[in-house]
Amino acid sequence: MIHVLANANASLWMPEQASTVAPDIDQIFYFILWLCVVFFVGIAIVLAIFAWKFHGKPGQPAQKAPAHSTALEMTWTVIPTIVVMVIFYMGFRGYLDLTTPPPNAYEIRVTASMWSWQFTYPNGHSDSVLHIPANRPVRLILESKDVIHSLYVPAFRVKKDCVPGRFTYMWFEATLQGEFDLFCTEYCGAQHSMMITKVVAQEPEAFAKWLEDAANVLAKLPELNDDPEVVKQYAEIGSKIYNMRCSACHSTTGTIVNAPSFKGLFGSTRSFSNAPDQVADEEYLRESILIPGAKVAKGFGNVMPAFAGQLKDKEITAMIEYLKTLK
Amino acid sequence: MSTSSSNIPPLHEPPSLASSSFFNAKRGIMSWLITLDHKRIGIMYLIGILASFALGGFFALMLRTELLTPGPTFMKETNDAWKFYNHMFTLHGAVMVFLVIIPSIPAALGNFILPIMLGAKDVAFPRLNLLSFYLYVIGALFFVWVLIRGVVGSAFGIDLPPGLDTGWTFYTPYSTSRAESAVIPAVLGAFILGFSSILTGINFIASIHLLRPKGMTWFRMPLLLWALYGTSVIQVLATPVLAITLLLLFAERWLHIGIFDPALGGDPILFQHFFWFYSHPAVYIMILPAMGVISEIISVHSRKHIFGYKFIAYSSIAIALFGFVVWGHHMFTSGQSPLTNAIFSLLTFSVAIPSAVKVFNWLSTMYKGSIQFNTPMMYGISFILLFVIGGLTGLFLGALSVNIPLHDTYFIVAHFHYVMMGSALMAFIGGIYHWWPKIFGKMYNEKMGIISAITVFIGFNWTFFIQFIAGSQGMPRRYATYVDKYQTYHQISTAGAYVLGIGLVMVLINWIHSLLRGKPAPANPWGGNTLEWHCASPPPLENFAKAPTVGDPYSYKHWQYDESIKGYVHDGLPDVPKKH
Repeated sequence: MIHVLANANASLWMPEQASTVAPDIDQIFYFILWLCVVFFVGIAIVLAIFAWKFHGKPGQPAQKAPAHSTALEMTWTVIPTIVVMVIFYMGFRGYLDLTTPPPNAYEIRVTASMWSWQFTYPNGHSDSVLHIPANRPVRLILESKDVIHSLYVPAFRVKKDCVPGRFTYMWFEATLQGEFDLFCTEYCGAQHSMMITKVVAQEPEAFAKWLEDAANVLAKLPELNDDPEVVKQYAEIGSKIYNMRCSACHSTTGTIVNAPSFKGLFGSTRSFSNAPDQVADEEYLRESILIPGAKVAKGFGNVMPAFAGQLKDKEITAMIEYLKTLK
Repeated sequence: MSTSSSNIPPLHEPPSLASSSFFNAKRGIMSWLITLDHKRIGIMYLIGILASFALGGFFALMLRTELLTPGPTFMKETNDAWKFYNHMFTLHGAVMVFLVIIPSIPAALGNFILPIMLGAKDVAFPRLNLLSFYLYVIGALFFVWVLIRGVVGSAFGIDLPPGLDTGWTFYTPYSTSRAESAVIPAVLGAFILGFSSILTGINFIASIHLLRPKGMTWFRMPLLLWALYGTSVIQVLATPVLAITLLLLFAERWLHIGIFDPALGGDPILFQHFFWFYSHPAVYIMILPAMGVISEIISVHSRKHIFGYKFIAYSSIAIALFGFVVWGHHMFTSGQSPLTNAIFSLLTFSVAIPSAVKVFNWLSTMYKGSIQFNTPMMYGISFILLFVIGGLTGLFLGALSVNIPLHDTYFIVAHFHYVMMGSALMAFIGGIYHWWPKIFGKMYNEKMGIISAITVFIGFNWTFFIQFIAGSQGMPRRYATYVDKYQTYHQISTAGAYVLGIGLVMVLINWIHSLLRGKPAPANPWGGNTLEWHCASPPPLENFAKAPTVGDPYSYKHWQYDESIKGYVHDGLPDVPKKH
């Protein structure tokens, strides 16, 4: 059972600390914050005192005071120099921890695309939610299929861009179990702000069990029959596939993004630019997933990638069962 | 009293729109459109910049209103809401950066003030100056046309040609390969605007080298000129890099030559290096002139010699130079090597030092001064406080490990608004007030000026301070919709934005009121000693009848207050400069 421990040790400025690096980063953050408060309050007080003591009427000349003082000016050049060098060192040291994964890290591949996340585990299972074992270092290998995205988990204090054409890496070790927000923080087009998902951190045993179940879900799934429970299972799997593979272009709300919406698709009559009209039945949907170019919806380009060879039969069936639920 | 100070022009000029003022020298619309007079060009820039500011500001309020609720606020269809929001934030950022802040102080105030501060008749190349103005207009029209049609099209569901939704940063490969945006015309607009900026920079550099009057050594130049000089150097050196980058973008988008898109064999990170190689120095194009204006305002309205002149002058140049070697701090999460990140982090902190020096010097200038609480000084004090917050929050972002969680969140949004708006634009507004009597020959309403300045200050902090917390709590920037837990921060910020908007409208009303009803301004209402206060308000067409000689620009002892004209009159004694 996943237990949400949100705000366990959150503060005014920072969200909950849920990774090994978070306390160190927060400590530096608060050190700089207090330093800023001291400097700002000091400057504001001096400003207020001067404003109060030295305000004058028009025409009133200023009092005599030196126009420069090398000693004073050197002082306030040297002190900030020392202060910023200290901050640099602290930030640099923390950054080394942030970029150096321990050798035994658990590896998960991340594929970002407009506008969804796909997390692939060592056993080949892919998921749109990032499940991780808690209290164990996790290393992510990030790539992007289209434009630059950025993976950000505020609770872990980590962020890394997913750049097309190259791999980037990040690592973290969750110290709390629970669900945490995962955002895309590099602007990537229309639905950038919807490119969010969750990180689910579990006990390593629970994680291992989840992963095995998730990978075997198709194998354990009975053949489709009339049992509403089985139909529901199929639709749920279809919904997950939708989130990873289809949601970038096909909405479920009736809105046109880059392609026809899935809302009310099943059973409706479709018009095509290269084929006669047809009712969207199981066979049509199957064909459209495997060979999308065979019948191209009127008003849209032939841009959808073919999924032949990429989805298993049961997954296609699941997808169709899911589409049936979108009335 | 000696009459030997004939180098100083007559001081008790008729205080109204004198028949000899540049406003009256010629009449008719063409006398403006093809003028070579730097003062008229400056005013035309001012109008263009303020109009752009109104446009960008209006869409800022629309953005804040959209963010009142986590889901769509204006739109029923979420998909339209995303499109609308993305076009709006692109418009806001692009207009504010390229059409408002970059040209604000140099092109509008600088054009008007710089030649007069030099005791010159005009800038070195008046025709080039007019050309840069028209390049600004053409670039702005391109830009605004593209941006507006995107916003209008997505707001009303009208089928217009595409707008621009890439953000002002044009990050590749989204901008070159994916965005259904009018990237090419927008880039062309920015390209043309860049030339306007380069030509102004060349003009100012030449003017400062060639036109300085007798007695004005480099270290007797007003600090605004030092700041404008540093700015111009950056404009001339950095803007061509932007132009090249935009051409490459153009080549990839239009001709499909692979430069930035890996699908075509390019490298998207390369774009970020090129882009920030210009756009980080551009931050100093924005803030350096503001620092120059503040140096003038603080000294004149404290009636006291600027403290540590040389340190301020050197720090302007130091900032201009350091500004060129810190661009990589925009890319700490991009995957560039940890070593590169460490070097850029170290270099970034070096900019903090000259910035801190300036703040301490301004404070010391006020020490034992005779501080006048008028509107320009209100903006001077606002600037110091806001710039300190903007600068100090830069320390969080320079520190590598702390930068990682804060990068691309509202913390950054708040930080650069404190620097860009809280500092650069406050200095611009303060500078307009400071030189308003000189430019238009009229006084504004002081009480209204102070009340609006305080409203702007409160509204600004109300809007943006909370964004620091929203950002460190994890709220990403450029989000049309957001998760519920950030709603309180957004609502507070939006409420503040309306207050800020009201304050700025009050400023505008005050200026319009002054133009219509303002009392005539004396030649020197503040007792400043830089050369513009030595000529009439508004200045005659030629600025000075005879080339003036100058002493120390920050020595105010020869100016005596005359209650009857509410201004200062020179005692006629020669200004013997102290040895430096």
